[in-house]
Parts: sequence; C-alpha cells; structure tokens
Amino acid sequence: MPFVRALLTRFATTLVTLLGAAIIVFVVIRIVPGNPIAMMLPPGATEADIDRLKTLYGLDKSIPEQFWIWLVNVLQGDFGTSITSRQPVFDLVTGRLPATLELSLMALVIAIALGGTAALTATLYRGTKVEGGIDVAGGVALSLPDFLWGLALILVLGVVWPIFHISGRVSPSLGFDFQSNFYLLEALVRLRFDVVLDLLGHMLLPAIALAIPLAAIILQLLKQSLKECMHDDYITLARTKGYSETSIITRDALPNAILPTLTLIGVQFTFLIGGTVIIERLFSYEGLGNMAIDAVINRDLPLIQGIVLVFALLFTLVNLLVDMTYAALNPRLRHA
Amino acid sequence: MSYLAIKDLTVRLKNGVPLLRKVSLEVEAGEVRALVGESGAGKSMIGKAVLGILPRAARLTGGKILLDGEDLLTLPPKARRERIGAKAALIPQDPLTALNPSRRIGPQIIDRLVDILGWKRPKAEARALELLDEVHIQDPGRVMKSYPHELSGGMRQRILIASAFAAEPKLIIADEPTTALDVTVQKQILKLIREMQERHQTALLFVTHDLGVVSKVSQTLTVLYAGKVIEDTNVRAFFEAPAHAYSQALLAATPKYTDPDGSLMPVPESIITAVEQEVAAFDAQLNG
Repeated sequence: MPFVRALLTRFATTLVTLLGAAIIVFVVIRIVPGNPIAMMLPPGATEADIDRLKTLYGLDKSIPEQFWIWLVNVLQGDFGTSITSRQPVFDLVTGRLPATLELSLMALVIAIALGGTAALTATLYRGTKVEGGIDVAGGVALSLPDFLWGLALILVLGVVWPIFHISGRVSPSLGFDFQSNFYLLEALVRLRFDVVLDLLGHMLLPAIALAIPLAAIILQLLKQSLKECMHDDYITLARTKGYSETSIITRDALPNAILPTLTLIGVQFTFLIGGTVIIERLFSYEGLGNMAIDAVINRDLPLIQGIVLVFALLFTLVNLLVDMTYAALNPRLRHA
Repeated sequence: MSYLAIKDLTVRLKNGVPLLRKVSLEVEAGEVRALVGESGAGKSMIGKAVLGILPRAARLTGGKILLDGEDLLTLPPKARRERIGAKAALIPQDPLTALNPSRRIGPQIIDRLVDILGWKRPKAEARALELLDEVHIQDPGRVMKSYPHELSGGMRQRILIASAFAAEPKLIIADEPTTALDVTVQKQILKLIREMQERHQTALLFVTHDLGVVSKVSQTLTVLYAGKVIEDTNVRAFFEAPAHAYSQALLAATPKYTDPDGSLMPVPESIITAVEQEVAAFDAQLNG
C-alpha cells in the first residue's frame, strides 16, 4: 500500500521536524540574556536563594541534560509547569489553542472567499475596467502588513464607527457559561446566536486584518493561473458545447488552475498563524499568540517551549493537509 | 436547403486586418466538405466563426451564418451558444490537450447532454457507452471512469469523436483532426470519422492542409487563400482539373506516395503574386 507507506514516511518526518524545532527553541531561550529566576526574586536576593530556585526548576544542570529530562517528561505527557502561573503547561496551552485556531481558520475562510471571488470575477471580466479595479485593490491590500490593517480597522470600524468590539474574545457581560474553549463552535452547536454574534463582533476585525494580505496573494496567483487555463483547448471545446463563460471558469478552468494556489495557501497559512501573535496582542484576544508574548516577557521557559511545540505541530499539520488535498485534486499525482 | 450556409462572412482583427474576406459556402446534410489552404489561409477561422469560438483579438464584421435555416448572428448570446451546442460539434485538432485533465472521461462526454439539453443522467450515460462502442473502444465502462492521462492519443481522439456525436448534431466541424496523431493512427481516425459521419448522416466540414486526405474523405471542397475563397468545387472535378491556377499549383505541390523520391515542388512565386493581386483587387472592390 503506497498510500500507507507515504503516510508513515510523513509521520516520521513530522516527528523529526518537531524534535528539531524543540531543540532549537530549547537551546535559544536558555542562551539569550535574561533568566526566569531573576524575574521571580525580589532585588537583593542572596546567591543561596538563587541557587535554591535554580535547583528547584532544574536550571542548574547542563542544557543537554535539561533537554533530556524535558523530553522524557513530554513523552510521558508531562509538559512541565509554567513558572509564572504554576499551572501545567499542557492545560494552559490547550486552553488557549482553540481561540487561536478559531481566529486563524476564520481568517483563512475570509481570505479564500475574498481572494477567490476576486480572482474569478477578474477572470470573467478580463480586459475590462473591472479587472483593473480588482488589480488595484489587490495591490493596495498587499502593500500593508496585517498588523497595520489591524490598526486601520480598529480606527475605522472600532473607534470612528464603533460597529465591532476591539478588545477581547467575548463580552463578559454576556454571562455565558462555556463548557469548552471552542467558543464559536460551541455557541453554534448550542444555537445561541446572540453569543455567536458577540463572538463574531470580537473575532471579525482581527480575522479580516489577518486575511487581507493573504486574500491579495490568492487573488494574484489564482487569477494568473486561471488566465493561463482559459487559453487551453478543453476550454474552447467546452464553449462549443454551449456553456456560459461563468460555468466554464468555475467548472473547467478552476479545478486545473487551483493547484499552485493551494500550495501557496498552505505556505501562507503558516505565516498567517505566525501573524496571530501580533494581531492577538493588538486586539487583546486571549489566544496562544498573546500568551506567547507574555511567556517571553516573563522568561517562562517551560511555557515558551510548550507554545512553540504547538505552533510547530500546527505548521506541519497544515503542510500535511495541503499535500493530501493536492493529491485529491490532481488525478495525475495519485498514481505517482 | 443547406444545413450550414455561410454568406459573405467577414472576420477582422481588432486593428482592421481582414482574416476572412466575404467567405460564402454551404454544406448539405450528409455532405462532407473539405476546407483546404495553406497555414493562415483562414480555414480554421471559418469553423471557429461558426462555433462562436473566434479568438478575442478577432471579430465578425459582416455576413450571415445560417445553421439549420436560422441566422446565428441575430440570436442573443445565450440562445446562440445553446443552439450551437445542440446542433453542431467540434472534433478538435489535438486530442492530448482537448480533454480536461482533471475530469473523468464519462462526465466530459455526457456533460452537455445533462446540463445543456436537459437529459436524465442514466439516459446520457447509456448514450455515452453506446457511442464509445461505436468508435470501437474496448471496455467503455472502464474508459468512462478514466482520466485523460491514462489513455493514449488515439484513444482520446476516439473519445472526442464520440463526444462530438453525443447530442446527435447535424453539423460536425473537424479541425485538422489527425494532424497531432502519428501516421498509423491517422488512417484509422480518418476512417472512423467517415464511418460516423455516414452512420449519423451529418454535414461535415473537414479542415485540412493535406490534399491527400481530401480525396479519401470529402465530396466537395473549398480552396482558400488569405481568407478568400479561391475555388469551390467537387472533389472529382478538382483532382481531374482544378480551375484556378493557384489550386493547380497547390495540387502539384502535394507530395505523392507513388513517387517517394520525387522532389518537393513549392507553389511558384509567379502564382503567389497573381493570387495576391487577385485578393488585393477583391479588397479594393470591397472598400471602393
């Protein structure tokens, strides 16, 4: 079974990638200046106090030794304890991960919807002013990074016209008792549309800010691929069959044009997840990225390590997903 | 009444350069008419104009295209498209690029039957199987589920022929359907097109630059030069004695299988000059 073997190979490379990422971060955060002990003790603490704490957290051992201890613990499901909050890293990270997942998936959906629609429309009206307008909009969208779009959105839709919330994930005044950390999903399942509306009010601005640059990239690449496909012979043949331009673009050209865009979305989506760190900070959105910044400020080594591991896992999963979709959409790859 | 009647068809590039100069021709139901000429003579352009697939740089500036007695050019776009889809079909030049690589064969044959003509899917599928059998494809059920890249060039051209006949069109336009195939397959495909045309009694417009093929396939032919009709005749008369000097030169330039060592004879310069002058005089008359 070549499929099973490919899957196993993929699984193995994923493990190696994760291990690599873990090692790099583990070493780097211990080499850079600033240590957690100094952050925890009041000024004027004695050497003896410092040494006692170092021993307590295992920081007196060599880095390879520390890593080994950490790795053995992780393999037993123990990701350590946060130095600042004294809570298990695993609970902290899994508590925040859903918030970041919801935000980045929402951003992805918005980016694909916006960029895809724009590319299809521009192809349908190629050579006209509509295409020109869409090109200009794409250029503008691409010329600013996500966090500047975030600031602009806060200013316009949060301050000048306060349509959206600009801070947090949910209004505390709602008093809704969430059973899980997937707030949006849970509100949808429980059919509490007032809560959904409030959550969207918080989530949409940061999601749009993350989505705008990606939408522009999708637009440009997909439009280019579509245009190339429109010259192909099977498109001409479809025309003689009586199909409209719209259905030719969506039915015949799109499946052939979408592959490069799909790969690009995969790569760019990992950047988008990286972008959540700053965007979550900007919107005080209680996600993983926001927690990562706090963890770095406090030199909370176990927490940083845990967060990085989760991000690395996310990235490799996204890449795996892209490869699988690619094979599903391109029949020529399936037999290779 | 001819099934396809083209009258004074003029196609120009956007900058005004004429590609077709007042072309008129007719094809009866059951008739095979060859369109011959050098590259750039406009023979493919006629087929494209009829099927509504002119390149974006070209536009139709005059004339009429009557399909089954109905002037296509006066119809609104949607009705024109659907009329062409139901009554005419194209056998394309290159079978390797004319099938959509990401769709299975079956849906590509039946799509117009279901989407445009409103057939029920099982009926359309039965029809596709029957057609694949008609074009001598073994195991049509498996082929229907295949992707184009899994099939050979000859197979794909057979499929495209089957697909062209799917909606029982009464006009088929074959645009150099054997040019992209290797010689051994060419013969089989030609025979197949002829066989299908006879069985379904369609009018066939056969675009080719190969006069050797013309005598095997068609009853009538139109010779084109620079988008102008040079000669419109039947095949027997043409091969016995072409009327126009250019046609004579074209016929003389055809390599003969009976004389494989004979040197290639290009169309003489003097004849090109004469036919160019004729076209120029025709243009002057048009514009004057």
